[in-house]
Amino acid sequence: MSQAEASQAGAPPVVTGRRPQSASGFLSLFRNELHLTFRRMRTKVLLGILAVLPVLIGVVVKLNTDSPHEGGGGPSFIAQTTQNGLFLVFTALAVALPVFLPMTVGVVAGDSVAGEAATGTLRYLLVAPAGRTRLLAAKFTAGLVFCLAATAAVAVAALATGAALFPLGEVTLISGDTIGFADALLRAVLVAGVVAVSLAGLVAIGLFVSTLTGSGIAAMAATVGLVITVQILDAFPQLDAIRPFLFTHYWLSFADLLRAPMYWDGVWKDLGLQAAYVAVFGSAAWSRFTSRDISA
Amino acid sequence: MTEAPVTGDVTESAGGPGAAPRPTPVAPASRTTSPTSPTSTASPGDDVIRTRGLTKRFRGGQLAVDGLDLTVPRGSVFGFLGPNGSGKTTTIRMLMGLIAPTSGAAAVLGEPMPQSVASVLPRVGALIEGPALYGFLSGRDNLVRFDSADPTADPRTRNSRVEAALERVGLSAAAGKKARAYSLGMKQRLGLASALLQPRELLVLDEPTNGLDPQGMREIRTLVREVAAEGTTVFLSSHLLDEIEQVCTHAAVMSRGRLVVQGTVAELAARAQGRLVVRTPDTARAAEVLAAHGVGALVHGEGRLDGEPGDRGDDALPKLCAALVEAGVRVYGFGLERGTLEDAFVALTGEGFDVAG
Repeated sequence: MSQAEASQAGAPPVVTGRRPQSASGFLSLFRNELHLTFRRMRTKVLLGILAVLPVLIGVVVKLNTDSPHEGGGGPSFIAQTTQNGLFLVFTALAVALPVFLPMTVGVVAGDSVAGEAATGTLRYLLVAPAGRTRLLAAKFTAGLVFCLAATAAVAVAALATGAALFPLGEVTLISGDTIGFADALLRAVLVAGVVAVSLAGLVAIGLFVSTLTGSGIAAMAATVGLVITVQILDAFPQLDAIRPFLFTHYWLSFADLLRAPMYWDGVWKDLGLQAAYVAVFGSAAWSRFTSRDISA
Repeated sequence: MTEAPVTGDVTESAGGPGAAPRPTPVAPASRTTSPTSPTSTASPGDDVIRTRGLTKRFRGGQLAVDGLDLTVPRGSVFGFLGPNGSGKTTTIRMLMGLIAPTSGAAAVLGEPMPQSVASVLPRVGALIEGPALYGFLSGRDNLVRFDSADPTADPRTRNSRVEAALERVGLSAAAGKKARAYSLGMKQRLGLASALLQPRELLVLDEPTNGLDPQGMREIRTLVREVAAEGTTVFLSSHLLDEIEQVCTHAAVMSRGRLVVQGTVAELAARAQGRLVVRTPDTARAAEVLAAHGVGALVHGEGRLDGEPGDRGDDALPKLCAALVEAGVRVYGFGLERGTLEDAFVALTGEGFDVAG
């Protein structure tokens, strides 16, 4: 108290010495990063496009079934969609996972650091000081949450469209068994969760690319380009030796969760592979970002 | 990881600028230099910024900063002067831990940079190379963003501190507008507001009046004086000499990556000697008289003559004038022109001031 009075007498209220750091202060950057990501018009547009996709698929399938049957195989999910609207969730996820979902994730993750470097806001975050590791962690967290939101956008829109256009009820699984609707709904949530987590490796890759350049557009294009290239490589049987290590290789294994005893083999491989990509590219992004000169 | 020792009441230390005066935190024992109150007279070793042989060579081989020995005393308003491209911003980036020096050492608030970024920068407000904002966020949300980035900022006082900072730079009315709709002057002020979100020990302003109209420049200078009066040390880079002369107590001059000189503004201006100026049509006759009285380095101009008066006292000038009149020189004007920082700068660097880098 006497100290307080002494400094009061000295007028200037400038505090000297270190300032303590609080847990809520530490976490506020993470909260703000989420706020920033989802406040952007770009994010809203991307989520909107993802939500429109299942509606389009649903309408097309509906029109096709209304008109005389033309036979033809087509993806197994699509045929089942006509019997149960819930299957539109799986159909939409299977369609969105190879292209649309990674594209939106590539945009968000690729722009995360490079975009801030391009506008110069990165230097103000760093002198705040955000801390380079903390900032990268906040960006990665926001990227993961975006994966969840993007997958949820597809799944929820698909469920709503499916319910509106097709009958709901008991679901016949790929293995031929039949389960109740509530049980099937739980599986849909599980599948959506697995799909969202399968994008984690891509978030880490996008973040790493983002630390390499000062141009947001370049980082986005590089990340999305990489996704496409990897999927093309995954299509060559001649590349069997490396295919199991491509981060897209097990993406569609989520279908195995629609069997009567769920078949987890592919899913575990997928999740393990994603963890490895997060570890490798996360470390690369960290070592690059923490040692980089920020001169933009 | 930053595990700064808790040096005071948690809520108190992160309080807003309007908060009641806080107890000065006790320095942790590990600190080598003890932080003294900013009101006390600066003692040696209490420098806010200190660099030794600080050097930055960019990857292209270009030497941007070359062996810089800079000392900024606590409580000063320090002008960092030099033409564009002389290495000012590179120096500031090194001091703020944005880029790593190639060699040499820098200490800010007594702690080495860039190693101590986490404990030093919360006590430093900075405006570096113009403002950078999120165009899609309002001015207020921009400040919230930058404040959230500081882990030592208390989220409970965030809104009040943001409002106080907006008020201080006169942006309260425009706080809800998207930052992309701001004029350059408003952006510059919002940048200043983010530097003033907390009470700071040091304010680093890199060309704060760039792109502002004269009214805006005046406002910024007033703000700088206010902040300095509160005990904050201000480090102000500029390529405008009169700006430095108007607000700074100390100055350093950079040229081509090297420190040319540093000292108090009064000392620097004194280095530029005043010149004796005589206005007369009879320049030839006047030159003879002046030379006879020991005035050196005479320069003839159109209807004027100037030279170095030397070390004579002011009372010698009337005699000199009388001598001119006696010799029949028609004296239209006679007097000393005081040296300016600009004269000092030209004398020191041998170059004009608007040299582009």
